[in-house]
Amino acid sequence: MWLWFHKLGSPPYFYRTAGRLIPWFAIPAVLLLVAGTVGGLAIAPSDYEQGDGFRIIYVHVPSAYLAMFGYVAMAIAAAIGLIWRMKLAFAFAAACAPIGAAFTFLCLATGSLWGKPMWGVWWDWDGRMTSMLVLLFLYLGVIALRGAFDDAAKGDRAAALLAIVGVVNIPIIKFSVDWWNTLHQPATISKLSAPSMTMDMLGWLLIMIVGYMLFFAAVVTLRLRGEVLLRERGARWIRGLDSRA
Amino acid sequence: MREFLLMDGYWVYVWGSWILTLVVMLGLIVTARRHHRRALVEAARETEAPLPARAAVKELS
Repeated sequence: MWLWFHKLGSPPYFYRTAGRLIPWFAIPAVLLLVAGTVGGLAIAPSDYEQGDGFRIIYVHVPSAYLAMFGYVAMAIAAAIGLIWRMKLAFAFAAACAPIGAAFTFLCLATGSLWGKPMWGVWWDWDGRMTSMLVLLFLYLGVIALRGAFDDAAKGDRAAALLAIVGVVNIPIIKFSVDWWNTLHQPATISKLSAPSMTMDMLGWLLIMIVGYMLFFAAVVTLRLRGEVLLRERGARWIRGLDSRA
Repeated sequence: MREFLLMDGYWVYVWGSWILTLVVMLGLIVTARRHHRRALVEAARETEAPLPARAAVKELS
């Protein structure tokens, strides 16, 4: 196990392994996303209060999960990079940032599209929405900070520090609906209590969440391969690569 | 079918959110692939490996 982990830290080994892993993430992701889309739009019953408007949950909640999950993954990788000086960890953090930012944007946009018909407003400065907007700014800040340095190693370290500091926002997002009186509803799925949805609605949501996770893994892995190549410019092992690898 | 498309009158919001999601996801795939190709070209150029670099540039154009 440790040997495998150690080998994974080697850029050429990682590059080839990651290339083989992508289809294992991408194919189940597509299947689950198609199943979740059909189930969420056509099979799941309508909500008794919101009618078919509630179906936005099947794209909104997985985006929110990934926005937070992506940030935590990026911050952990950034911490590993700072502590153990692992180039691959910095590359992973760099690969996560734009993808996490895209899912945060999706969460905010789909939330807004859900808010207008249900609350009558596109936006409200309540705890959940504001902390989610702060998360988007944190992602953009990490991306901008990394690009602001001519020396890539310095950019990586500065962006890593910001990513780690920004983790404080994650519990704020999670508990904002409990701490403050927000327009946003409380958590639908919680570890500590029973979900507020019936299984015929919840099942499709769980399928979508797993599909989104696999999609995230596939896209991050693809982007990570690019980051590894950029960081390994000049290395001998790249000479043997096929342009389609 | 009409009922399904209308989504209880919420069709703009429901279909809008799903289409937006699809566009963003496709955008993520395209940009990730492009990022990888560009990195491959750059890395190959700097390691003096003209053949893969040339092939990848051709593929990009």
